[in-house]
Amino acid sequence: MADIGIVETKYFTFAEPPNELALQCKEKLGPITLAYETYGQLNLEKNNAVLIAHALSGDAHAAGFHKGQSKPGWWNDLIGPGKAFDTNKYFVICSNVLGGCKGSTGPASINPKTNKPYALDFPLISIWDMARCQKHLIDFLGINKLLSVAGGSMGGMQVLAWLVLFPEKIRSIIPIATAFRHSPQQIAFNEVSRQAIMADSHWKAGNYYAGAHPVKGLALARMIGHITYMSDESMAEKFGRLRMADSEPFKFTADFEVEGYLKYRGDNFVRRFDANSYLYITEAMDNFDALEKGSLEKLLHGHKVKVLVMAFKSDWLYPAYQSKEIIKACKLSGVEASYCEINSTYGHDAFLLETEEETHLITHFLKKVFFRYEVTGDYGA
Amino acid sequence: MGLDNVRLDHRIISGLVPRGSTVLDLGCGNGDLLYILIKEKIVRGQGIEIDEHAIYKCVAKGLNVFHGDIDSGLADYQDKSFDYVILNQSLQQIRHFETVFNDALRVGRRVIIGLPNFAHFSSRFQLFFLGKAPVTRSLPHTWYDSPNVHFLSMTDFIDFCIRQNITIEKRVYLSEDREIHLFANIFSTAGIFVVSR
Repeated sequence: MADIGIVETKYFTFAEPPNELALQCKEKLGPITLAYETYGQLNLEKNNAVLIAHALSGDAHAAGFHKGQSKPGWWNDLIGPGKAFDTNKYFVICSNVLGGCKGSTGPASINPKTNKPYALDFPLISIWDMARCQKHLIDFLGINKLLSVAGGSMGGMQVLAWLVLFPEKIRSIIPIATAFRHSPQQIAFNEVSRQAIMADSHWKAGNYYAGAHPVKGLALARMIGHITYMSDESMAEKFGRLRMADSEPFKFTADFEVEGYLKYRGDNFVRRFDANSYLYITEAMDNFDALEKGSLEKLLHGHKVKVLVMAFKSDWLYPAYQSKEIIKACKLSGVEASYCEINSTYGHDAFLLETEEETHLITHFLKKVFFRYEVTGDYGA
Repeated sequence: MGLDNVRLDHRIISGLVPRGSTVLDLGCGNGDLLYILIKEKIVRGQGIEIDEHAIYKCVAKGLNVFHGDIDSGLADYQDKSFDYVILNQSLQQIRHFETVFNDALRVGRRVIIGLPNFAHFSSRFQLFFLGKAPVTRSLPHTWYDSPNVHFLSMTDFIDFCIRQNITIEKRVYLSEDREIHLFANIFSTAGIFVVSR
Protein backbone atom coordinates (compact mmCIF):
# COMPACT_ATOMS: atom_id res chain seq x y z
CA MET A 1 0.00 0.00 0.00
CA ALA A 2 1.10 3.51 -0.81
CA ASP A 3 2.30 6.05 1.70
CA ILE A 4 1.03 9.58 1.98
CA GLY A 5 4.37 11.04 0.93
CA ILE A 6 5.81 14.26 2.30
CA VAL A 7 3.87 15.88 5.13
CA GLU A 8 4.38 19.01 7.20
CA THR A 9 3.64 19.90 10.78
CA LYS A 10 1.37 22.93 11.24
CA TYR A 11 0.75 25.06 14.31
CA PHE A 12 -2.43 26.42 15.87
CA THR A 13 -2.38 28.94 18.70
CA PHE A 14 -5.37 29.75 20.89
CA ALA A 15 -6.28 30.73 24.46
CA GLU A 16 -4.53 34.09 24.10
CA PRO A 17 -4.80 36.18 27.26
CA PRO A 18 -7.22 37.20 28.61
CA ASN A 19 -9.05 34.13 27.24
CA GLU A 20 -6.72 31.56 28.73
CA LEU A 21 -7.81 27.93 28.95
CA ALA A 22 -9.19 26.96 32.35
CA LEU A 23 -7.43 23.72 33.26
CA GLN A 24 -8.73 20.83 35.31
CA CYS A 25 -6.36 21.88 38.13
CA LYS A 26 -8.19 25.27 38.30
CA GLU A 27 -5.18 27.16 36.93
CA LYS A 28 -5.29 29.02 33.65
CA LEU A 29 -2.91 28.61 30.74
CA GLY A 30 -2.44 30.65 27.59
CA PRO A 31 -1.53 31.16 24.91
CA ILE A 32 -1.43 27.51 23.91
CA THR A 33 0.08 26.23 20.69
CA LEU A 34 -0.71 22.80 19.28
CA ALA A 35 1.49 21.18 16.66
CA TYR A 36 -0.69 19.15 14.30
CA GLU A 37 -0.71 17.33 11.00
CA THR A 38 -3.57 16.44 8.69
CA TYR A 39 -3.78 13.80 5.99
CA GLY A 40 -6.42 13.44 3.26
CA GLN A 41 -9.17 15.93 2.48
CA LEU A 42 -12.07 17.18 4.56
CA ASN A 43 -15.19 16.53 2.45
CA LEU A 44 -17.90 19.12 1.75
CA GLU A 45 -20.23 17.69 4.42
CA LYS A 46 -17.28 17.79 6.86
CA ASN A 47 -18.30 14.38 8.19
CA ASN A 48 -15.18 12.36 7.36
CA ALA A 49 -12.76 13.67 9.99
CA VAL A 50 -10.92 11.26 12.27
CA LEU A 51 -8.86 12.44 15.23
CA ILE A 52 -5.85 10.32 16.17
CA ALA A 53 -4.53 10.66 19.73
CA HIS A 54 -0.94 9.66 20.43
CA ALA A 55 0.63 7.77 23.30
CA LEU A 56 3.13 8.94 25.96
CA SER A 57 6.13 9.50 23.70
CA GLY A 58 4.28 10.13 20.44
CA ASP A 59 3.81 13.35 18.51
CA ALA A 60 1.75 15.00 15.77
CA HIS A 61 3.71 13.20 13.06
CA ALA A 62 1.55 10.11 12.77
CA ALA A 63 2.01 9.29 9.09
CA GLY A 64 3.96 10.12 5.95
CA PHE A 65 7.49 11.49 5.83
CA HIS A 66 9.00 14.79 6.84
CA LYS A 67 11.16 16.28 4.11
CA GLY A 68 14.59 14.65 4.09
CA GLN A 69 13.63 12.03 6.69
CA SER A 70 13.70 8.27 6.06
CA LYS A 71 11.55 7.34 9.07
CA PRO A 72 7.78 7.68 8.63
CA GLY A 73 5.27 8.83 11.26
CA TRP A 74 4.57 6.61 14.26
CA TRP A 75 1.32 5.06 12.89
CA ASN A 76 2.23 5.09 9.20
CA ASP A 77 1.15 1.45 8.85
CA LEU A 78 -2.41 2.39 9.71
CA ILE A 79 -2.80 5.85 8.15
CA GLY A 80 -2.59 6.38 4.38
CA PRO A 81 -4.25 5.64 1.06
CA GLY A 82 -6.03 2.27 1.29
CA LYS A 83 -4.97 1.74 4.91
CA ALA A 84 -7.16 1.40 8.03
CA PHE A 85 -7.53 5.17 8.32
CA ASP A 86 -7.88 5.51 4.57
CA THR A 87 -6.78 9.00 3.52
CA ASN A 88 -8.61 8.55 0.21
CA LYS A 89 -11.84 8.57 2.23
CA TYR A 90 -11.12 10.22 5.54
CA PHE A 91 -9.55 13.43 6.79
CA VAL A 92 -7.12 12.38 9.50
CA ILE A 93 -5.89 14.77 12.19
CA CYS A 94 -3.19 14.21 14.80
CA SER A 95 -1.87 16.79 17.26
CA ASN A 96 0.91 16.76 19.83
CA VAL A 97 -0.62 16.75 23.33
CA LEU A 98 -0.68 19.69 25.69
CA GLY A 99 2.42 19.33 27.90
CA GLY A 100 4.35 17.68 25.08
CA CYS A 101 7.69 18.73 23.65
CA LYS A 102 7.18 18.23 19.93
CA GLY A 103 5.79 21.62 19.00
CA SER A 104 2.89 21.94 21.44
CA THR A 105 3.00 24.08 24.56
CA GLY A 106 4.70 22.24 27.41
CA PRO A 107 7.12 22.78 30.28
CA ALA A 108 9.99 23.46 27.85
CA SER A 109 8.02 26.27 26.14
CA ILE A 110 8.75 29.90 26.91
CA ASN A 111 6.55 31.36 29.63
CA PRO A 112 5.44 34.75 28.22
CA LYS A 113 5.39 36.19 31.74
CA THR A 114 9.07 35.48 32.43
CA ASN A 115 10.49 34.95 28.93
CA LYS A 116 12.09 31.78 30.28
CA PRO A 117 11.01 28.14 29.92
CA TYR A 118 8.09 27.28 32.20
CA ALA A 119 9.90 24.33 33.78
CA LEU A 120 7.96 23.49 36.95
CA ASP A 121 5.92 26.70 36.73
CA PHE A 122 3.97 24.84 34.07
CA PRO A 123 0.58 23.93 35.55
CA LEU A 124 -0.37 20.34 36.24
CA ILE A 125 -2.14 19.21 33.08
CA SER A 126 -4.62 16.37 32.68
CA ILE A 127 -5.87 14.02 29.99
CA TRP A 128 -9.10 16.08 30.10
CA ASP A 129 -7.10 19.20 29.24
CA MET A 130 -5.44 17.41 26.33
CA ALA A 131 -8.88 16.54 24.93
CA ARG A 132 -10.15 20.10 25.47
CA CYS A 133 -7.19 21.46 23.50
CA GLN A 134 -7.90 18.99 20.68
CA LYS A 135 -11.51 20.21 20.70
CA HIS A 136 -10.25 23.78 20.10
CA LEU A 137 -8.25 22.51 17.13
CA ILE A 138 -11.26 20.64 15.72
CA ASP A 139 -13.38 23.80 16.04
CA PHE A 140 -10.66 25.80 14.32
CA LEU A 141 -10.65 23.29 11.45
CA GLY A 142 -14.40 23.86 11.07
CA ILE A 143 -15.46 20.35 12.07
CA ASN A 144 -18.66 20.05 14.07
CA LYS A 145 -18.73 16.29 14.52
CA LEU A 146 -15.89 13.79 14.25
CA LEU A 147 -16.38 10.51 12.45
CA SER A 148 -14.14 8.90 15.03
CA VAL A 149 -11.51 9.44 17.72
CA ALA A 150 -8.90 6.70 17.89
CA GLY A 151 -5.74 5.96 19.84
CA GLY A 152 -3.79 3.40 21.82
CA SER A 153 -2.47 3.49 25.38
CA MET A 154 -2.51 7.14 26.56
CA GLY A 155 -4.09 7.90 23.19
CA GLY A 156 -6.94 5.62 24.24
CA MET A 157 -7.32 7.61 27.47
CA GLN A 158 -7.80 10.78 25.40
CA VAL A 159 -10.36 8.88 23.33
CA LEU A 160 -12.25 8.06 26.54
CA ALA A 161 -11.95 11.69 27.69
CA TRP A 162 -13.58 12.75 24.41
CA LEU A 163 -16.38 10.28 25.01
CA VAL A 164 -17.05 11.75 28.45
CA LEU A 165 -16.59 15.44 27.58
CA PHE A 166 -18.04 15.67 24.08
CA PRO A 167 -20.26 12.64 23.34
CA GLU A 168 -22.40 14.78 21.01
CA LYS A 169 -19.33 15.69 18.95
CA ILE A 170 -18.29 12.17 17.98
CA ARG A 171 -19.91 9.37 16.00
CA SER A 172 -17.55 6.63 17.14
CA ILE A 173 -14.50 5.86 19.25
CA ILE A 174 -11.67 3.34 18.90
CA PRO A 175 -9.85 2.96 22.24
CA ILE A 176 -6.98 0.47 21.90
CA ALA A 177 -4.97 -1.22 24.68
CA THR A 178 -6.09 1.33 27.22
CA ALA A 179 -7.93 1.79 30.53
CA PHE A 180 -10.51 3.96 32.28
CA ARG A 181 -7.86 4.54 34.92
CA HIS A 182 -4.38 3.34 35.84
CA SER A 183 -3.97 0.41 38.21
CA PRO A 184 -1.47 0.69 41.09
CA GLN A 185 0.96 -1.34 38.95
CA GLN A 186 0.78 1.17 36.10
CA ILE A 187 1.20 4.08 38.51
CA ALA A 188 4.16 2.30 40.12
CA PHE A 189 6.07 1.96 36.85
CA ASN A 190 5.43 5.62 36.03
CA GLU A 191 6.56 6.67 39.50
CA VAL A 192 9.84 4.75 39.19
CA SER A 193 10.40 6.49 35.85
CA ARG A 194 9.75 9.89 37.38
CA GLN A 195 12.04 9.16 40.31
CA ALA A 196 14.78 8.17 37.85
CA ILE A 197 14.53 11.60 36.20
CA MET A 198 14.36 13.53 39.46
CA ALA A 199 17.32 11.61 40.89
CA ASP A 200 19.54 12.87 38.06
CA SER A 201 21.71 15.68 39.47
CA HIS A 202 21.18 17.65 36.26
CA TRP A 203 17.43 17.79 36.79
CA LYS A 204 17.75 20.67 39.32
CA ALA A 205 14.07 20.79 40.21
CA GLY A 206 13.27 21.14 36.54
CA ASN A 207 15.49 24.18 35.88
CA TYR A 208 17.99 22.54 33.54
CA TYR A 209 17.18 24.24 30.26
CA ALA A 210 20.20 26.59 30.37
CA GLY A 211 22.68 23.78 31.05
CA ALA A 212 23.10 20.02 30.82
CA HIS A 213 19.82 18.08 30.68
CA PRO A 214 19.05 15.10 32.97
CA VAL A 215 19.70 12.68 30.14
CA LYS A 216 20.76 9.75 32.32
CA GLY A 217 17.57 9.89 34.34
CA LEU A 218 15.38 10.27 31.26
CA ALA A 219 17.18 7.41 29.47
CA LEU A 220 16.63 5.19 32.51
CA ALA A 221 12.95 6.15 32.58
CA ARG A 222 12.65 5.18 28.93
CA MET A 223 14.43 1.86 29.54
CA ILE A 224 11.91 1.01 32.26
CA GLY A 225 9.14 1.98 29.88
CA HIS A 226 10.41 -0.29 27.14
CA ILE A 227 10.51 -3.28 29.47
CA THR A 228 6.82 -2.75 30.22
CA TYR A 229 5.96 -2.42 26.51
CA MET A 230 7.31 -5.87 25.65
CA SER A 231 6.35 -9.33 26.85
CA ASP A 232 8.45 -12.16 28.27
CA GLU A 233 7.87 -14.01 25.03
CA SER A 234 8.68 -11.12 22.67
CA MET A 235 11.89 -10.40 24.58
CA ALA A 236 12.94 -14.05 24.45
CA GLU A 237 12.23 -14.07 20.72
CA LYS A 238 14.00 -10.81 20.02
CA PHE A 239 17.09 -11.20 22.24
CA GLY A 240 17.23 -14.62 23.85
CA ARG A 241 20.37 -14.70 25.98
CA LEU A 242 22.53 -13.55 23.09
CA ARG A 243 25.51 -11.38 23.80
CA MET A 244 26.65 -8.49 21.62
CA ALA A 245 28.97 -9.66 18.85
CA ASP A 246 32.53 -8.93 19.99
CA SER A 247 32.03 -8.29 23.67
CA GLU A 248 33.63 -10.47 26.29
CA PRO A 249 31.60 -10.58 29.48
CA PHE A 250 33.04 -7.90 31.70
CA LYS A 251 32.02 -6.13 34.84
CA PHE A 252 28.61 -4.48 34.36
CA THR A 253 28.91 -3.46 30.75
CA ALA A 254 25.86 -3.92 28.56
CA ASP A 255 26.78 -7.30 27.08
CA PHE A 256 23.47 -8.98 26.56
CA GLU A 257 21.54 -8.02 23.45
CA VAL A 258 18.63 -6.95 25.61
CA GLU A 259 20.90 -4.62 27.59
CA GLY A 260 22.24 -3.08 24.41
CA TYR A 261 18.74 -2.62 23.05
CA LEU A 262 17.51 -0.83 26.16
CA LYS A 263 20.60 1.38 26.24
CA TYR A 264 20.13 2.26 22.58
CA ARG A 265 16.45 3.06 23.16
CA GLY A 266 17.24 5.17 26.19
CA ASP A 267 20.09 7.12 24.55
CA ASN A 268 17.98 7.72 21.46
CA PHE A 269 15.04 8.96 23.44
CA VAL A 270 16.86 11.75 25.28
CA ARG A 271 17.66 13.38 21.94
CA ARG A 272 13.99 13.81 21.13
CA PHE A 273 12.19 14.16 24.44
CA ASP A 274 12.10 16.64 27.30
CA ALA A 275 12.44 15.21 30.81
CA ASN A 276 9.91 17.62 32.35
CA SER A 277 7.38 16.70 29.66
CA TYR A 278 7.87 13.06 30.66
CA LEU A 279 7.10 13.97 34.28
CA TYR A 280 4.00 16.03 33.44
CA ILE A 281 2.53 13.58 30.96
CA THR A 282 3.04 10.44 33.06
CA GLU A 283 1.48 12.30 36.01
CA ALA A 284 -1.52 13.19 33.81
CA MET A 285 -1.92 9.52 32.91
CA ASP A 286 -1.80 8.41 36.54
CA ASN A 287 -4.30 11.03 37.69
CA PHE A 288 -6.78 10.27 34.92
CA ASP A 289 -10.02 8.54 35.83
CA ALA A 290 -12.56 8.48 33.00
CA LEU A 291 -15.31 7.67 35.47
CA GLU A 292 -14.63 10.48 37.97
CA LYS A 293 -17.42 12.57 36.44
CA GLY A 294 -19.97 9.79 36.98
CA SER A 295 -20.80 6.44 35.50
CA LEU A 296 -20.49 6.05 31.76
CA GLU A 297 -23.90 4.38 31.63
CA LYS A 298 -25.69 7.56 32.61
CA LEU A 299 -23.47 9.70 30.45
CA LEU A 300 -23.93 7.66 27.30
CA HIS A 301 -27.66 7.28 27.73
CA GLY A 302 -29.35 8.45 24.55
CA HIS A 303 -26.12 8.94 22.61
CA LYS A 304 -25.55 6.89 19.50
CA VAL A 305 -21.78 6.62 19.73
CA LYS A 306 -20.41 3.40 18.25
CA VAL A 307 -17.48 1.76 19.96
CA LEU A 308 -14.65 -0.54 18.84
CA VAL A 309 -12.34 -1.73 21.63
CA MET A 310 -9.14 -3.71 21.09
CA ALA A 311 -6.78 -5.35 23.55
CA PHE A 312 -3.82 -7.69 23.12
CA LYS A 313 -3.33 -11.02 24.80
CA SER A 314 0.28 -10.55 25.95
CA ASP A 315 -0.17 -6.91 27.03
CA TRP A 316 0.48 -6.96 30.75
CA LEU A 317 0.87 -3.19 31.10
CA TYR A 318 -2.71 -2.53 29.91
CA PRO A 319 -4.22 -6.00 30.45
CA ALA A 320 -7.38 -7.06 28.60
CA TYR A 321 -9.47 -6.87 31.77
CA GLN A 322 -9.15 -3.08 31.60
CA SER A 323 -10.59 -3.07 28.07
CA LYS A 324 -13.36 -5.37 29.23
CA GLU A 325 -14.35 -2.73 31.79
CA ILE A 326 -15.00 -0.37 28.88
CA ILE A 327 -17.09 -3.08 27.25
CA LYS A 328 -19.02 -3.62 30.46
CA ALA A 329 -19.97 0.06 30.49
CA CYS A 330 -21.14 -0.29 26.88
CA LYS A 331 -23.24 -3.31 27.81
CA LEU A 332 -24.89 -1.44 30.67
CA SER A 333 -25.60 1.68 28.61
CA GLY A 334 -26.83 -0.18 25.54
CA VAL A 335 -24.18 1.42 23.35
CA GLU A 336 -23.34 -0.48 20.16
CA ALA A 337 -19.89 -1.94 20.57
CA SER A 338 -17.43 -4.55 19.39
CA TYR A 339 -14.45 -5.95 21.24
CA CYS A 340 -11.56 -8.08 20.11
CA GLU A 341 -8.69 -9.44 22.17
CA ILE A 342 -6.06 -9.89 19.49
CA ASN A 343 -3.72 -12.82 19.89
CA SER A 344 -0.26 -11.27 19.97
CA THR A 345 3.06 -11.91 21.66
CA TYR A 346 4.28 -8.31 21.36
CA GLY A 347 2.97 -7.08 24.70
CA HIS A 348 1.78 -3.48 24.91
CA ASP A 349 3.81 -2.61 21.79
CA ALA A 350 1.29 -4.72 19.85
CA PHE A 351 -0.93 -1.71 19.23
CA LEU A 352 1.86 -0.32 17.02
CA LEU A 353 2.80 -3.68 15.48
CA GLU A 354 -0.28 -5.90 14.95
CA THR A 355 -1.32 -3.79 12.00
CA GLU A 356 -3.02 -6.50 9.92
CA GLU A 357 -5.67 -7.34 12.52
CA GLU A 358 -6.13 -3.71 13.50
CA THR A 359 -6.51 -2.73 9.85
CA HIS A 360 -9.22 -5.34 9.27
CA LEU A 361 -11.24 -4.32 12.31
CA ILE A 362 -10.85 -0.56 11.91
CA THR A 363 -11.54 -0.59 8.14
CA HIS A 364 -14.87 -2.38 8.48
CA PHE A 365 -15.88 -0.51 11.63
CA LEU A 366 -15.22 2.94 10.14
CA LYS A 367 -17.00 2.02 6.91
CA LYS A 368 -20.09 1.06 8.89
CA VAL A 369 -20.03 4.29 10.88
CA PHE A 370 -19.32 6.46 7.84
CA PHE A 371 -22.04 4.98 5.61
CA ARG A 372 -24.47 4.54 8.54
CA TYR A 373 -25.47 0.98 7.66
CA GLU A 374 -26.31 -1.85 10.02
CA VAL A 375 -24.89 -4.80 8.11
CA THR A 376 -23.10 -5.00 4.82
CA GLY A 377 -23.35 -6.95 1.58
CA ASP A 378 -25.57 -9.88 0.67
CA TYR A 379 -26.20 -13.30 2.17
CA GLY A 380 -23.14 -15.40 2.53
CA ALA A 381 -20.92 -12.32 2.40
CA MET B 1 -34.90 -11.17 -0.65
CA GLY B 2 -35.41 -14.90 -0.17
CA LEU B 3 -34.01 -17.14 2.50
CA ASP B 4 -33.68 -20.16 0.20
CA ASN B 5 -29.96 -20.56 0.70
CA VAL B 6 -30.14 -20.01 4.43
CA ARG B 7 -29.67 -22.87 6.90
CA LEU B 8 -32.95 -24.39 8.06
CA ASP B 9 -32.42 -23.62 11.76
CA HIS B 10 -31.54 -20.01 10.91
CA ARG B 11 -34.69 -19.75 8.79
CA ILE B 12 -36.80 -21.10 11.64
CA ILE B 13 -35.28 -18.78 14.23
CA SER B 14 -35.76 -15.83 11.89
CA GLY B 15 -39.43 -16.79 11.74
CA LEU B 16 -39.66 -16.82 15.54
CA VAL B 17 -38.21 -13.34 16.12
CA PRO B 18 -40.62 -10.40 15.71
CA ARG B 19 -39.53 -7.42 13.62
CA GLY B 20 -37.60 -4.73 15.44
CA SER B 21 -36.67 -6.86 18.48
CA THR B 22 -33.41 -6.56 20.38
CA VAL B 23 -31.33 -9.72 20.18
CA LEU B 24 -28.25 -11.08 21.93
CA ASP B 25 -26.72 -14.07 20.12
CA LEU B 26 -24.54 -16.10 22.48
CA GLY B 27 -21.91 -18.04 20.57
CA CYS B 28 -22.77 -16.23 17.35
CA GLY B 29 -19.93 -17.81 15.35
CA ASN B 30 -19.34 -16.07 12.01
CA GLY B 31 -22.48 -14.04 12.59
CA ASP B 32 -24.59 -15.63 9.86
CA LEU B 33 -27.75 -15.82 12.00
CA LEU B 34 -27.40 -12.31 13.43
CA TYR B 35 -26.83 -11.01 9.95
CA ILE B 36 -30.06 -12.57 8.68
CA LEU B 37 -32.00 -11.28 11.69
CA ILE B 38 -30.77 -7.74 11.10
CA LYS B 39 -31.49 -7.85 7.38
CA GLU B 40 -34.84 -9.64 7.54
CA LYS B 41 -36.23 -8.59 10.89
CA ILE B 42 -34.47 -5.24 11.41
CA VAL B 43 -33.42 -6.35 14.89
CA ARG B 44 -30.87 -4.53 17.01
CA GLY B 45 -28.31 -7.27 17.43
CA GLN B 46 -25.26 -8.01 19.55
CA GLY B 47 -23.11 -11.11 19.36
CA ILE B 48 -20.74 -12.79 21.81
CA GLU B 49 -18.17 -15.20 20.42
CA ILE B 50 -15.02 -16.88 21.76
CA ASP B 51 -13.21 -17.51 18.47
CA GLU B 52 -10.98 -14.62 17.35
CA HIS B 53 -11.23 -15.42 13.64
CA ALA B 54 -15.01 -15.53 13.83
CA ILE B 55 -14.86 -12.03 15.38
CA TYR B 56 -13.10 -10.73 12.27
CA LYS B 57 -15.82 -12.23 10.07
CA CYS B 58 -18.56 -10.68 12.22
CA VAL B 59 -16.95 -7.23 12.09
CA ALA B 60 -16.57 -7.54 8.30
CA LYS B 61 -20.34 -8.09 8.10
CA GLY B 62 -20.89 -4.92 10.11
CA LEU B 63 -22.06 -6.75 13.24
CA ASN B 64 -21.48 -5.71 16.84
CA VAL B 65 -19.66 -8.53 18.57
CA PHE B 66 -17.82 -9.07 21.83
CA HIS B 67 -14.85 -11.40 22.01
CA GLY B 68 -15.34 -13.62 25.05
CA ASP B 69 -16.84 -16.80 26.43
CA ILE B 70 -20.56 -17.32 26.97
CA ASP B 71 -20.11 -18.34 30.60
CA SER B 72 -18.87 -14.89 31.62
CA GLY B 73 -20.39 -12.75 28.88
CA LEU B 74 -23.86 -12.44 30.39
CA ALA B 75 -23.05 -11.35 33.91
CA ASP B 76 -22.51 -7.66 33.04
CA TYR B 77 -26.00 -7.20 31.59
CA GLN B 78 -28.95 -5.85 33.50
CA ASP B 79 -32.24 -7.78 33.71
CA LYS B 80 -34.33 -7.75 30.53
CA SER B 81 -31.67 -6.04 28.44
CA PHE B 82 -32.88 -7.89 25.32
CA ASP B 83 -36.16 -9.10 23.88
CA TYR B 84 -34.44 -12.32 22.84
CA VAL B 85 -31.30 -14.11 23.93
CA ILE B 86 -30.35 -16.77 21.40
CA LEU B 87 -28.37 -19.88 22.24
CA ASN B 88 -28.31 -21.79 18.97
CA GLN B 89 -26.22 -24.95 18.96
CA SER B 90 -23.98 -23.49 21.65
CA LEU B 91 -25.47 -24.36 25.02
CA GLN B 92 -24.31 -27.95 24.92
CA GLN B 93 -20.76 -26.54 24.75
CA ILE B 94 -21.21 -24.50 27.91
CA ARG B 95 -19.76 -25.98 31.03
CA HIS B 96 -22.20 -24.54 33.53
CA PHE B 97 -25.42 -25.14 31.64
CA GLU B 98 -27.82 -24.28 34.42
CA THR B 99 -26.10 -21.05 35.47
CA VAL B 100 -25.81 -19.72 31.93
CA PHE B 101 -29.33 -20.74 31.02
CA ASN B 102 -30.76 -19.00 34.07
CA ASP B 103 -28.67 -15.92 33.34
CA ALA B 104 -29.92 -15.92 29.74
CA LEU B 105 -33.50 -16.02 31.06
CA ARG B 106 -32.66 -13.06 33.30
CA VAL B 107 -31.02 -10.94 30.57
CA GLY B 108 -33.61 -11.73 27.87
CA ARG B 109 -37.39 -11.50 28.05
CA ARG B 110 -37.34 -14.72 26.06
CA VAL B 111 -34.66 -17.22 25.20
CA ILE B 112 -34.48 -19.07 21.90
CA ILE B 113 -32.46 -22.22 22.32
CA GLY B 114 -31.43 -24.60 19.57
CA LEU B 115 -30.28 -28.04 20.74
CA PRO B 116 -29.12 -31.19 18.97
CA ASN B 117 -31.14 -34.27 19.83
CA PHE B 118 -28.97 -37.05 21.21
CA ALA B 119 -31.94 -39.42 21.04
CA HIS B 120 -32.36 -39.32 17.26
CA PHE B 121 -33.04 -42.84 15.91
CA SER B 122 -29.65 -43.12 14.21
CA SER B 123 -27.93 -42.37 17.53
CA ARG B 124 -30.17 -44.90 19.24
CA PHE B 125 -29.34 -47.43 16.54
CA GLN B 126 -25.58 -46.94 16.86
CA LEU B 127 -25.69 -47.13 20.63
CA PHE B 128 -28.12 -50.05 20.84
CA PHE B 129 -27.06 -52.30 17.98
CA LEU B 130 -23.46 -51.32 17.38
CA GLY B 131 -22.70 -50.56 21.01
CA LYS B 132 -20.84 -47.40 19.98
CA ALA B 133 -21.02 -43.75 20.97
CA PRO B 134 -23.10 -42.24 18.17
CA VAL B 135 -21.62 -40.09 15.41
CA THR B 136 -24.30 -38.45 13.26
CA ARG B 137 -24.55 -35.53 10.87
CA SER B 138 -25.89 -33.21 13.57
CA LEU B 139 -23.43 -34.67 16.11
CA PRO B 140 -20.38 -35.21 13.93
CA HIS B 141 -17.79 -35.58 16.67
CA THR B 142 -16.19 -38.73 18.00
CA TRP B 143 -16.13 -39.25 21.77
CA TYR B 144 -12.50 -38.10 22.04
CA ASP B 145 -12.75 -34.84 20.11
CA SER B 146 -16.30 -33.71 20.85
CA PRO B 147 -16.73 -30.15 22.14
CA ASN B 148 -20.07 -31.19 23.62
CA VAL B 149 -20.09 -31.34 27.38
CA HIS B 150 -23.82 -32.00 27.80
CA PHE B 151 -25.67 -34.86 26.14
CA LEU B 152 -29.42 -34.47 26.15
CA SER B 153 -32.55 -35.37 24.25
CA MET B 154 -35.61 -33.29 23.46
CA THR B 155 -37.45 -35.03 26.28
CA ASP B 156 -34.60 -34.28 28.70
CA PHE B 157 -34.84 -30.59 27.90
CA ILE B 158 -38.62 -30.50 28.31
CA ASP B 159 -38.29 -32.26 31.70
CA PHE B 160 -35.65 -29.73 32.73
CA CYS B 161 -37.95 -26.82 31.85
CA ILE B 162 -40.82 -28.33 33.83
CA ARG B 163 -38.62 -28.84 36.89
CA GLN B 164 -37.27 -25.28 36.65
CA ASN B 165 -40.67 -23.67 36.07
CA ILE B 166 -39.60 -22.44 32.66
CA THR B 167 -42.43 -21.92 30.17
CA ILE B 168 -41.95 -23.39 26.72
CA GLU B 169 -43.86 -20.97 24.48
CA LYS B 170 -43.03 -22.52 21.14
CA ARG B 171 -41.15 -25.56 19.93
CA VAL B 172 -39.97 -26.57 16.47
CA TYR B 173 -38.34 -29.92 15.69
CA LEU B 174 -36.28 -30.46 12.61
CA SER B 175 -34.28 -33.03 10.68
CA GLU B 176 -31.62 -32.26 8.10
CA ASP B 177 -33.97 -30.47 5.71
CA ARG B 178 -37.49 -30.23 7.12
CA GLU B 179 -39.60 -29.80 10.21
CA ILE B 180 -40.66 -32.89 12.18
CA HIS B 181 -44.14 -33.07 13.69
CA LEU B 182 -44.53 -36.64 14.97
CA PHE B 183 -42.38 -38.61 17.43
CA ALA B 184 -39.97 -35.73 17.57
CA ASN B 185 -37.68 -37.27 20.18
CA ILE B 186 -36.96 -40.09 17.75
CA PHE B 187 -37.04 -38.43 14.35
CA SER B 188 -35.67 -34.95 14.96
CA THR B 189 -31.95 -34.20 14.89
CA ALA B 190 -32.46 -30.88 16.61
CA GLY B 191 -35.07 -28.78 18.37
CA ILE B 192 -35.61 -25.05 18.69
CA PHE B 193 -37.51 -23.79 21.75
CA VAL B 194 -38.77 -20.35 22.71
CA VAL B 195 -38.77 -20.24 26.49
CA SER B 196 -39.39 -17.68 29.21
CA ARG B 197 -39.72 -17.49 32.97
